[in-house]
Amino acid sequence: MTTIDAVRSFIVTNFYVPETIVLTDDVSLLELGIVDSTGVLEVTAFLESEYGIEVADHEIVPANMDSIRAIAAFVEVKAARAA
Amino acid sequence: MCGIGGIVALRDEACGPTRTQLLRMTSALRHRGPDQSGVATLGRAGLAHTRLSIIDHAGGRQPYTNDDSSMWLVYNGEVFNYLELRDELRSLGRRFRSESDTEVVLRAYEHWGEAAFERFNGQFALAIWDRRREKLVLARDRLGVRPLYVCEHAGRLTFASEIKAIFASDPSIPRALDPIAIDQTFTFWTVLAPRTAFAGIEELRPGHVRSITPQGTRDRAYWAMRYPSDGSSAYAGSLEDAVEEVRAELARATRLRMLRADVPVGAYVSGGLDSSLIAALARRATNARFATFSVRFDDPEYDETRYQRLVAAELGTDHHEIVVGRADIARVFPDVVEHAERPVLRTAPAPLLLLSRLVRDAGIKVVLTGEGADETFAGYDLFREAKVRRFWARRPSSRLRPRLLQRIYPYLSRSPVERAAMAEEFFGRGLDRARLPGFAHETRWRTTTSLKRLFSRSMRAAVGSHDSVGELLGELPPELSTWSPLAQDQWMEVRTLLSAYLLSAQGDRMLMASSVEGRFPFLDARLVELANRLPPSFKLRVLDEKHVLKRASAGLVPPEVIARTKQPYRAPDAESFLGPEAPEWALEVLRERAVVAAGVFDPGAVAQLHAKCTRQVASGKVLSNTDNMALVGVLSTQLLHQTFIEQRREPPAFDLRDDARSTNVTTNGESP
Repeated sequence: MTTIDAVRSFIVTNFYVPETIVLTDDVSLLELGIVDSTGVLEVTAFLESEYGIEVADHEIVPANMDSIRAIAAFVEVKAARAA
Repeated sequence: MCGIGGIVALRDEACGPTRTQLLRMTSALRHRGPDQSGVATLGRAGLAHTRLSIIDHAGGRQPYTNDDSSMWLVYNGEVFNYLELRDELRSLGRRFRSESDTEVVLRAYEHWGEAAFERFNGQFALAIWDRRREKLVLARDRLGVRPLYVCEHAGRLTFASEIKAIFASDPSIPRALDPIAIDQTFTFWTVLAPRTAFAGIEELRPGHVRSITPQGTRDRAYWAMRYPSDGSSAYAGSLEDAVEEVRAELARATRLRMLRADVPVGAYVSGGLDSSLIAALARRATNARFATFSVRFDDPEYDETRYQRLVAAELGTDHHEIVVGRADIARVFPDVVEHAERPVLRTAPAPLLLLSRLVRDAGIKVVLTGEGADETFAGYDLFREAKVRRFWARRPSSRLRPRLLQRIYPYLSRSPVERAAMAEEFFGRGLDRARLPGFAHETRWRTTTSLKRLFSRSMRAAVGSHDSVGELLGELPPELSTWSPLAQDQWMEVRTLLSAYLLSAQGDRMLMASSVEGRFPFLDARLVELANRLPPSFKLRVLDEKHVLKRASAGLVPPEVIARTKQPYRAPDAESFLGPEAPEWALEVLRERAVVAAGVFDPGAVAQLHAKCTRQVASGKVLSNTDNMALVGVLSTQLLHQTFIEQRREPPAFDLRDDARSTNVTTNGESP
């Protein structure tokens, strides 16, 4: 599974998004309210456990967390840096 | 306090009401009035009443009629100024035959017509059948303390204090959830009158009178919540004057509600300022023993025992407590939904249902509560949050202004600065709309609206392009924009939650379920008008909520209670329904088959929500606010469907026999 698919799968499951709603990679999850301030921490916990990365507080910002694409890109950059 | 109901044939060819139909209504409303019941069939109209005797046990039998039997009344509630109104009517030449408030209500209508209702300082829902004019008049108190529902079906109009009585009267009345009502719930936290959770059933709006004649139906607001236009000096006094006046008016409002009863009156003590102040003023109004009642939680996060006991000890009351845990909430929640007759996103009504049972078992029929203070004197965090966001909106680039949010939500200051930035992103949305109505409530509505993703495809189709927020903002009073921002926020809070949730789902319905009447001094007509006249800065002084009220409490309420940070009333939420102790009913209504049958939610999404919440609880994690609301909202909607649409819960046994308590009136040649 690509990172983007894995992130989408997590978002859909964790935030109980029905199959009938299609989440595009670029839709703003914060704007839709699918991810809220607590939800961001759930995303962070997922990224840390799934990809073995450590997310610093200053990285928990809208730019990194707002869409499926942004989250996936953030993980890939972090993972590449760690490798 | 009582239950009322009735049926009127609107067209000549429609069937008139039968005694059996009216008795079915009284059976369904017995919890509201277990002391007596009565029905009257009056040709094309029929009235039903169940009575909880509080004033003039002998003289207040209903349905009540005037001297020549031309007008008939069923009435639920209290008009606290009935003695003053009786004096006034006597001086105008009206004669009285009883001591009851019921007679005053009917004679006031005989004398003043519909203009009588604006003279009533009280909490009531009533119906008057005028036989000569063939006219039915329905009216409800200013703020909607007492409920009244209406249904038109097959040429007949049926009304009742609770929807279950309307359904009980006539099995042919269709039963279906209203998708727009569900949409409203997942926006505002509740259904807004005139809508109800059920399609085809309407709620008469607070402060309204409806007249139904052969010529047609007319709704009229006889009163509406109003505030002074910005800049006007509606209140001439100083803050000190206001403190004195608020204390005097509240003492009067409390005394009136203590003394206008022929049975002992008790009080709820939550541990917060409002109920403590009411209990203190009530204590001063009587020399008799005075009972107070509190909910304690075995979960320390919600518990306020220390403050409750402090107040009870200081006042020397006969104090009663009930300890509520998750299992209790899980057990009574289906009853809560059955009584509330609407979906809820919180379990908060459940402990109040248990508390009213405690009151009833203590032999008390009437309690005072502090409800209404947060609306009238600006107690909610939402008002403070809006003030900060408006201040911030005047300089959106400021990095310092949003930090004031930490004063309201201290958890923000405990989180790292960057995480606070996420919160700022959340609160900072829509700052450009700071001057528009709805700005204060947008954050709440947005969070709740996001849960609509749980809706099924068919539910989304049924809602279509309906915009619940747009509809609400489209019906604002035209002068609203001239009021202070705080007044606008208060109006919106009253419109969306006071009657629609607090006074109904948490108030009337949870109290009347145990045959207990609630009385609310903060909703006294004169006090509300005084509070609304006060400048916003007297209520919300910088960020100090209910400022004038806190000052008025000095010397009456223990200083620790005045000084403590406001704790919103909350109960353990969705945790109650999860884990190894999960109640059987919850598992049942969450099954795929049940979710599909109700048709409201997407079964896959519900399964994921349930799995996530179960996982969180199993690993000892706290559920987020959003997950909590989602699960409680799903469960209550599912229960509503199971109880009222599928009718799978056992209805109360209908007793159609005449009993000693029952009055039966039949006129116009109808045989009993």
